Amino acid sequence: MTPALELAVARQIGEFELDVAFTVESGVSVLFGPSGAGKSLTLALIAGLMRPDAGTIAINGHVVTDCSRGTYVTTQKRRIGMVFQDGLLLPHRSALDNVALAVRQASGRRARRALARAWLERVGAEGFADRRPGSLSGGQRQRVALARGLAGDPALVLLDEPLSALDSAVRRELRSLIRGVIVSSGVPAVLVTHDPEEAEELGDVIIAYNHGRVTGRRVVERPECPEPPPGGPESTGPV
Amino acid sequence: MPRASAGGPGEHRTSVIGLVPRSWLNALGIPPWVWRPLSVSLHAAFEATIVVALVGSALGFLLAKGRFPGRDAIETVCSLPMALPPTVVGWYLLTQMGGPGPIRNAELRLFGHPLTFTFNGIVVAQIIESFPYCLRFSRAAIAGVDPRFEQAARAMGLSRWRTALLVTVPLARRGLVAGVAMAFGRALGDFGATMIVAGSVPLATTMPIALYEAVFYGSHEQAMVLALVQLALAFAILFGVSGLGKVRPW
Repeated sequence: MTPALELAVARQIGEFELDVAFTVESGVSVLFGPSGAGKSLTLALIAGLMRPDAGTIAINGHVVTDCSRGTYVTTQKRRIGMVFQDGLLLPHRSALDNVALAVRQASGRRARRALARAWLERVGAEGFADRRPGSLSGGQRQRVALARGLAGDPALVLLDEPLSALDSAVRRELRSLIRGVIVSSGVPAVLVTHDPEEAEELGDVIIAYNHGRVTGRRVVERPECPEPPPGGPESTGPV
Repeated sequence: MPRASAGGPGEHRTSVIGLVPRSWLNALGIPPWVWRPLSVSLHAAFEATIVVALVGSALGFLLAKGRFPGRDAIETVCSLPMALPPTVVGWYLLTQMGGPGPIRNAELRLFGHPLTFTFNGIVVAQIIESFPYCLRFSRAAIAGVDPRFEQAARAMGLSRWRTALLVTVPLARRGLVAGVAMAFGRALGDFGATMIVAGSVPLATTMPIALYEAVFYGSHEQAMVLALVQLALAFAILFGVSGLGKVRPW
């Protein structure tokens, strides 16, 4: 089976040197480590927001970055979804519009909005579909951001510390939601965190980072799979 | 003071303030010596601002987002009218537009006559004078947009163009609108460059030039009214711009 992500990259930024290699299969892979270990930088390289100095990145077997051959697929063509630490929802658009903009697989405004609405229902955000991000709480914004990250039928979804800006009660609530929605959608995910409890609860695989290097890899034992949340659109899955 | 005859290229093409019929203005008791230069000023500034808004905002975007050598040099050259006395700008325009050379040849090809001492000459002078305001405001507004929003848009699959239209421009809109408003105000208030390029052409005299003439010929009552109208216009523009800064963005 083709891995969802194959990565072997190096990137120097000032004194900091990132040099990592790993593969990601289905489920949620957590990049875990202290701040400044290079986790978010790795996500930026996978997303194509930055270019590595050397190495290759393949998403579902498609090479998107190959420094030796000069291959670089732009971010918008990588079919990735991203969930940022502070959501980064477009402040001038409603929650529904934010999600609808990310829908790639449907043509026509009505179809895109219908799919977006279904994704908002799936993350429990249908109640504030017409509200703008400025009027939403942090937890509500991250629900919308999660819907937006998954609504475009991505081959891979990247989550950059999606819960770190939230208080502990909301974090606990969203952890099970994030894992449930991602697992049920069938989209492989790479999630960055420095919270060990979060890594254990969300990850199928934990990839430990320190000083720009992968220092360990562990499969998380799970007694049973969580029940997928009811309703919502079915993802067509990875390409 | 150079004067051209009425009619022909020197004549202002419309004789109303925007869409207000001339008869209404007469009925309201607004004398022609007010509404005529006001009409010319508003019309010329409106045309100049359309050009400046389109070209200035686009160039501002390019300078803010582009990565090419000479960006600062381009901005400096385009901003020169801000630092130069308007009469110097007018002098260069007069010699380039009125003297022999490729610019005059282009004017003859496009318009059939040189643009100096015409209504279009006023518009050109106002474009040059107001362009830097729009350019600098738009560059600053575009550069001030948090690039992470654009990264998020690209991760959503939006193309570079769609990202610019759906994300960057809306997020920068207050600065862009402020730049256009400032450019309009500058165009409306230009005296030096307009005076040298277009002179005091009958039926194509702007408000500042009408005021100058009123003072020159000792018509102090007219000067007071003309000054008051311009004061009100300037207040309205600046009040609108400062209002943009206070309005909650979203």
